[in-house]
Amino acid sequence: MRRFTESFFAIFLCLGIVGCASVPTGFLKPSSDYLANRQLQMRQYDTTDQEKIMSSVASVLQDLGFTLDASETQVGFVAASKRADATNKGQMFLAGLADALNALGGHPSNSMAACDASQAIKASVITKPSLDSKKIVVRVTFQRIVWNMANQINRVETLKDPAMYQKFYDSLSKAIFLEAQSI
Amino acid sequence: MKKLKNCCGIILILFLIVSLSGCATPAVNALKSDASQVKLRSMQTRAFDTTDKKKMMQTVISTMQDLDFVIDKADYTLGSVTGSKFLGQAVVTMSITVRPRGEKQLLVRANAQYGVKSVEDPATYQDFFTALEKAIFLTAQQVD
Repeated sequence: MRRFTESFFAIFLCLGIVGCASVPTGFLKPSSDYLANRQLQMRQYDTTDQEKIMSSVASVLQDLGFTLDASETQVGFVAASKRADATNKGQMFLAGLADALNALGGHPSNSMAACDASQAIKASVITKPSLDSKKIVVRVTFQRIVWNMANQINRVETLKDPAMYQKFYDSLSKAIFLEAQSI
Repeated sequence: MKKLKNCCGIILILFLIVSLSGCATPAVNALKSDASQVKLRSMQTRAFDTTDKKKMMQTVISTMQDLDFVIDKADYTLGSVTGSKFLGQAVVTMSITVRPRGEKQLLVRANAQYGVKSVEDPATYQDFFTALEKAIFLTAQQVD
C-alpha cells in the first residue's frame, strides 16, 4: 500500500513539473520604476535635426563595436548588436576550485562548463521630437544574452547599469558636437 | 530482484508521463490559435481618433520601452513595430501594427507571445492599451 502511495505521489509530482507552464498575467503593466528607467535611458538634444542625430547615433554605435541590424528612419529607429567575451576570472576561479575539491573528494564535477563564456548585447535606439517639438529625445535600451562554456544560454537580462548609458551618451554628445563643428 | 523490477516499472510509467504530457506542438498547429479569431481580434485591437501615424508609432515605441521592451524592428510603411523583453528566463515578444481606419482613425493591433505560447488574456492587452492611452492622451476605443 505504501509503495502504491509513493509511486502515485511520484507520478503526481511529475505531472505537476512537466505540465505546460501557463502564461503569467500583468507583464504589460508599467513597473513602478519606469520613470527612473526613463531618466536613465533618455536624453534630450537641443536641435530639431533628427537626421543628424540619427546618423550620429549610428556612427556612435559603430564606434562602440556594434553592427547595425535594422533601422527605420521615418520613425527614428536604429537597432544594433555585438558579440563579446563574458568570461569572469573570479567566477572561473571559484568553479575551478569547486571542480578540484570535488575531484579530490571522488565526485568529479564540471562547474566550469556553467561559467559565462560569451554574450550578445543588443541595443535599440529611438529618436523622436519632444512634446513641444523643439528638441530631439533619444532613448537607448540594452539587452544581453549570456552563453556558458557548454554553449547553453546562462541568462538573459535588460541592462540597467548607469555607467553604460552614460558612456553611450557621452560618445553621442561628442559625435554631435564634432559633426556640428565639421572638422 | 523484485525491487529492481518495481523500480523499472515506476521509471517506465514516469517516462510515459513525461513523453505524453510534454508541451508538444506538431507543425500542424502552426496556424492554430486557441481563442476564436473574432474574440482574439477584438481584445488585441483598439481605434484611436488620430491620423498621425508617425506620432502613433513613436508613442507605441516609447510605451513598449516603458514596459522594458527592446525594439527589434520597425517599419513605417507597414506601420509595424516588434520588440522583445525578458521575463525571468522566458522571452516575451510583441508586435504592434498601426494602420488607418477610415478617414479619421488609426487602428492599433497588438499581439504578444510568451515563450512558445501566444498571449490570449484580454486583461494583459488591456494593460498595454491603458499605458498607450496615457502616453498619447487619447482614448482607446473598442472595435468590433
